[in-house]
Amino acid sequence: MSKSLGFLSIATGLCFLVAGIVFGTLGGIFYLFPQDLRDLLPFTKLRPLHVSSIIFWILFTAIGGLYLYLPKHKNRLATKLGLGQYMLLFTAAITILGCYVAGIFGGREYWEYPPVLGALIAASFVLLGINFYKSIRHKPATEPWPVYRWMWFSGILFFILSFAESYLWLIPYFKQNLVRDMAVQWKSYGSLVGSWNMLINGSALFVMEKISGDKTAARKPLTYFMFFLGLFNLMFNWGHHIYSLPVSNTIRYTAYIVSMTELLILAKIIWNWRSSLTHAKKHSHILAYRFFTAADIWILLNLVMAILMSVPAINLYTHGTHITVAHAMGTTIGINTMLLLASVCYACKRFLGDFTASKLKLLNRGLYLSNFSLLIFWVALIGAGISKTVLQTGNPNLPHALLMQQLVPWFVGFAVSGFGIASGIILIIWPLLASILNRKNKQQLQKRQLQPS
Amino acid sequence: MADRIISTSFGIKLIYGSLFVCFLFFTAFVYTSQVPDTTSLPTRELALQGKHIWQKQNCGACHQFYGLGGYIGPDVTNVISAKGKGETYVRAILTHGTATMPNFNLTLKDIDALVAFLQEADKTGKSERHHFMADTYGQIHPKGNKPPQK
Ligand code: HEC
Ligand code: HEM
Repeated sequence: MSKSLGFLSIATGLCFLVAGIVFGTLGGIFYLFPQDLRDLLPFTKLRPLHVSSIIFWILFTAIGGLYLYLPKHKNRLATKLGLGQYMLLFTAAITILGCYVAGIFGGREYWEYPPVLGALIAASFVLLGINFYKSIRHKPATEPWPVYRWMWFSGILFFILSFAESYLWLIPYFKQNLVRDMAVQWKSYGSLVGSWNMLINGSALFVMEKISGDKTAARKPLTYFMFFLGLFNLMFNWGHHIYSLPVSNTIRYTAYIVSMTELLILAKIIWNWRSSLTHAKKHSHILAYRFFTAADIWILLNLVMAILMSVPAINLYTHGTHITVAHAMGTTIGINTMLLLASVCYACKRFLGDFTASKLKLLNRGLYLSNFSLLIFWVALIGAGISKTVLQTGNPNLPHALLMQQLVPWFVGFAVSGFGIASGIILIIWPLLASILNRKNKQQLQKRQLQPS
Repeated sequence: MADRIISTSFGIKLIYGSLFVCFLFFTAFVYTSQVPDTTSLPTRELALQGKHIWQKQNCGACHQFYGLGGYIGPDVTNVISAKGKGETYVRAILTHGTATMPNFNLTLKDIDALVAFLQEADKTGKSERHHFMADTYGQIHPKGNKPPQK
């Protein structure tokens, strides 16, 4: 739709990623010295600063992809809508982080800011939706939409619906009843995560199509089937968060059964496994391919764990432990972040030209360092989770402070490998941001070179 | 046949529409399905204030209800009815903080409200593992009686 806007959004996203990993690393340090840092680095501020920065990294970069990959429609309204969307989200993001620093809360987990600020985020997505519609309308479809367009559409639609749903607690009917409130809260969060997965996966599919040159892949019946399976899970798969909540059995069984359909996704991944790996070597967008391959591995690992955790009898032991954190960060770093970085690498190379050899070196080092560290990080969190379960099951009355003390070795692994992830990701962000920020200079240079002297 | 439906515009819209309708019905069900009712408790208003304070202080960064929240601190769903804990213990912690938990300088009114909120949460059910058992399908159920409805 608009390259400038696309890269502006992506550059903003990359800055939030830097912020996110810095706050995350501080959070890791807090885990090691919770008593000494109690008042110096309040965790009430660190946690939302970390998680919200990460959410804004995902949102800005996923939306940036849309601006780059959607059909162009040159009219002034589109630019105004796009800029309006960007400004709203940017204002929201900065104000929200400012509120956290000042200790002003009022919302709930993941959206801890005062609820009025949510209106800015919602309005921003409404503008994005209008812009999307105009861009699609501009080029009437003669054939079915490719799957990635359905994914983008669903991403925007369900973000707006679920985001609104996550504010139903403002209404007394929901607010007054803790259990209903929590059920609706986690219903909306499940779909919200599903909605940005749709945006990210849509762009990933789009990029894969462009790299492989195979236009049929995004239009095959099996691809549509997988899309619908994803949509089905977005709608109905959230209940595994709340197995222990005293809600209706219908909700709990639906969650259980729907979660098991993910086995089909797993089967498909294993089916495609070898072909996707051999494909990788042949192509010129090797860097993007490497990020895709990393994401592939993380999809496999996380999916196996997620399916296990969705069996209520197993969930009983993993729920409320750091295994949940392993799942949350394993998926947001290993899958979402790797796919987004693949898309950014592709976009930089395609629209801004090849990376220099020294930048490529940094990018590759960052890729390996972050993924290797993530593996240790993930294992350490799972280890902490299993230990906690074993300790609690052995002695349900164990004081919390003693319990945490025994988990410290795992937390050391977590904090140190977290530092590794952060360093790896900085190595990746640096050359990407430099490419984007140099864009203007480069374009001017090219123009000058083209002019006859 | 299925292949053909899923690769036409009409087929895709039909499947999408049907899924969406199911989603709406399920949503309506979730919003209205039965949950442990605490709205008739006399401390209802106070508990609601407590919930606001919980959110304003972001206690959820470290604590969980039913296992959901941050993990620096313990799950507090049943701290009121836990053996050796209870209201007096909670009041002491809220007044002074602990080695890890900051002192939030809460007023007595804030503490009353937070206690009412925790009491209400306690009445909705049990969250600890040993209160559940698994059936042959792998689904879990609260042991013994269902959680109190009133
Ligand atoms: C920085 C993390 C942190 C924050 C923020 C925090 N707590 Fe705590 N809280 C703890 C820890 C850790 C314990 C366990 C005692 C210990 O080990 O110091 C605890 C214990 C408790 C307990 C006793 C639980 C038990 O089972 O023993 C209650 C009740 C409690 N906190 C309520 C609150 C409330 C209400 C707030 C918000 C005003 C809050 N906490 C904010 C960390 C925190
Ligand atoms: C791209 C990088 C990262 C992403 C996408 C990410 C994402 C997340 C998410 C989604 C959560 C919420 C987890 C939950 O609610 O269960 C979280 C929590 C957290 N993350 Fe990260 N994270 C990243 C990097 C890091 C790093 C490098 C560290 C350093 C150790 C870190 C430390 C933490 C901590 C301490 C928490 C809070 C856990 C708790 O509640 O007790 N994160 N992160």
